Amino acid sequence: MSKLYTFLKYFFIVFWAVFVVAPFLWALTTSFKDFQSVNGGVTYIPWVDFEPNLEGWKVLIKSPARGGVDIVEPYFNSLFVTCTASFISIVLGTLSAYALSRYTFKAGLVKNNDITFFFISQRIMPPIVLSIPFFLFLSSINLLDSLVGLILVYIVLLMPIAVWIMVDFFNKVPREIDETALIDGCNPYQAFLKVVLPNSISGLIVAGMFCIIFGWIDFFFAFILTFTEVQLLPVKIVALNSSVTPWWSLSASALVSVAPLIIVAFIVERYLSKGNLSGAIK
Amino acid sequence: MELVANNLSYKPDDQYHLNEVSFNFQEGNLYTILGRTLSGKTTLLKTIAGLLTPDSGEIEFDGKNFLKVPVWERNVAMVYQQFINYPHLNVFENIAFPLKQRKIDQSIIYEKVMDVLKSVGLVGFEKRKIQELSGGQQQRVSLARSLVKNAKILLLDEPLVNLDYKLREQLREEFKNLFSKGLADKTILIYSTTDPRETMELNGEVIVLDEGKVLQVGPAREIFENPNSLKVAEISNDPPMNIIEAKILDNNIKFEGINLEAPQHLSKLTEDGLKIGLRSSDIELGESGHEFEVELAEIIGSETLLHLKRGDTKIIVSIEEVLNFKIHDKVKINFKIDRAYAFHNDGKLASSPFGGLNG
Repeated sequence: MSKLYTFLKYFFIVFWAVFVVAPFLWALTTSFKDFQSVNGGVTYIPWVDFEPNLEGWKVLIKSPARGGVDIVEPYFNSLFVTCTASFISIVLGTLSAYALSRYTFKAGLVKNNDITFFFISQRIMPPIVLSIPFFLFLSSINLLDSLVGLILVYIVLLMPIAVWIMVDFFNKVPREIDETALIDGCNPYQAFLKVVLPNSISGLIVAGMFCIIFGWIDFFFAFILTFTEVQLLPVKIVALNSSVTPWWSLSASALVSVAPLIIVAFIVERYLSKGNLSGAIK
Repeated sequence: MELVANNLSYKPDDQYHLNEVSFNFQEGNLYTILGRTLSGKTTLLKTIAGLLTPDSGEIEFDGKNFLKVPVWERNVAMVYQQFINYPHLNVFENIAFPLKQRKIDQSIIYEKVMDVLKSVGLVGFEKRKIQELSGGQQQRVSLARSLVKNAKILLLDEPLVNLDYKLREQLREEFKNLFSKGLADKTILIYSTTDPRETMELNGEVIVLDEGKVLQVGPAREIFENPNSLKVAEISNDPPMNIIEAKILDNNIKFEGINLEAPQHLSKLTEDGLKIGLRSSDIELGESGHEFEVELAEIIGSETLLHLKRGDTKIIVSIEEVLNFKIHDKVKINFKIDRAYAFHNDGKLASSPFGGLNG
């Protein structure tokens, strides 16, 4: 019985691992192929099955004038927009979440929970509903096709995530900790900065990670709200797919685009698994 | 210096958490707030600390309106029943926190913290993380943090309730030592508890609180000897005082077919609906006596609590040894009736063996 269980356990783990990793391996090998190797049947092992070359990668940093696609600028645009929007969302979201968790708001029928729900409801409706208002709004303030405009839109999209995660987190931090800080001579701002925030690092990391992921992978708004001046990475990558699909550069750019998320995931995993952040408060 | 409150009321929902509470606390004294859970003890302490603002009433400290002073300027200290410390700081930093907040010189902070660590018995633990301490040690850290400030008002909100029996005894002893060591000289100590024994041991001025109302104020001994009502008698005794519905006729206390000669302090009471109160320790098992049936026998520490029944009358007897009984066993008991209390139908004290009222 237990042997069968062990077998099944490892079988599914291996199965799942293959399922998850295989596309990456496929993309990795494909990125080193040229037109002939891609169309010459199923091949996986470099130097044996096919002759690897760096053409798919080189194209990414060549300017269009020299026959390249140049994803360097969109890459840094994406990094800049995602990081800025995530940072602002976390700051605003954490402050709102703290207020929602600790103070009572009341305006007629609207209470704390309704306000929290209002934030989350921004993520419930399909993005397409928001696209036209956003488009018109940005065009009226002349921020279409600009980094600032995109950052504004992303803050609207990311802040609900931060609020949602942090409200839940702050609700689990006992109020008595804030009260003790007040009694010990902190004013409410100091209590928040010196006591509540240092004990919320794990929550901040989780919220930040979600913001970065959702900001980084967004294609829809980046596609609708930009034209020629500013391009973000997802839009650029999709644009690679023209009449002849360049599988090699498509694979290379896909790998490059997931790299930051993998790095973030690794850092966060190391940080959280130290164990002294999660469960700091009983 | 004195802390005076006038008619404090706090009613956040349909129920009063504080109902017209008034008191006058003097420095150098220990005040015990005794009440059951949800009686408003924590609300009262939080109001004094400034964490809650009462709906009506006034608090004055040292002649100044205390309600106008924000929490962080009140110079109070508070220990909660849950062990509240700052999880991101180690023991030393936790205790030093209120001093750092006052921008006191590093070397003075170090000295003061080490002093306090010594008095709570945590020397050598400075570098430990809070999560690495036991419950008792965590509570000592919060006590140390509240002592280090030399606050004018020290609030202790059921500080021992979440500790196990052994630790509770030990820490209670340490509290008494700390309080008597002159620490209390310039401090108003306010200690809330649900435990009557703790109240008696601390032996301070007692405020009995129930449903947000002050029922009785007086020294611990006075509360014990002359509870002014049935409610106070219930709250200030553990197990609660036995209440027996009885009649006094021809100098005899009659209930359930039992006739007891009324002691002098009860003999003049003849009204209907009289309730006789007798502590569980004032009833003894005997070879002969009145027969009762065992409903339940609890063994608590070195004590046995016998729940007995006769007709409609149920009583609890505490015996200072561990005895085994079976349910439905018959036992014979004797009442130390000269220690009995009498309460009027409305719950007010009619007579006590210690000379309260009619006695």
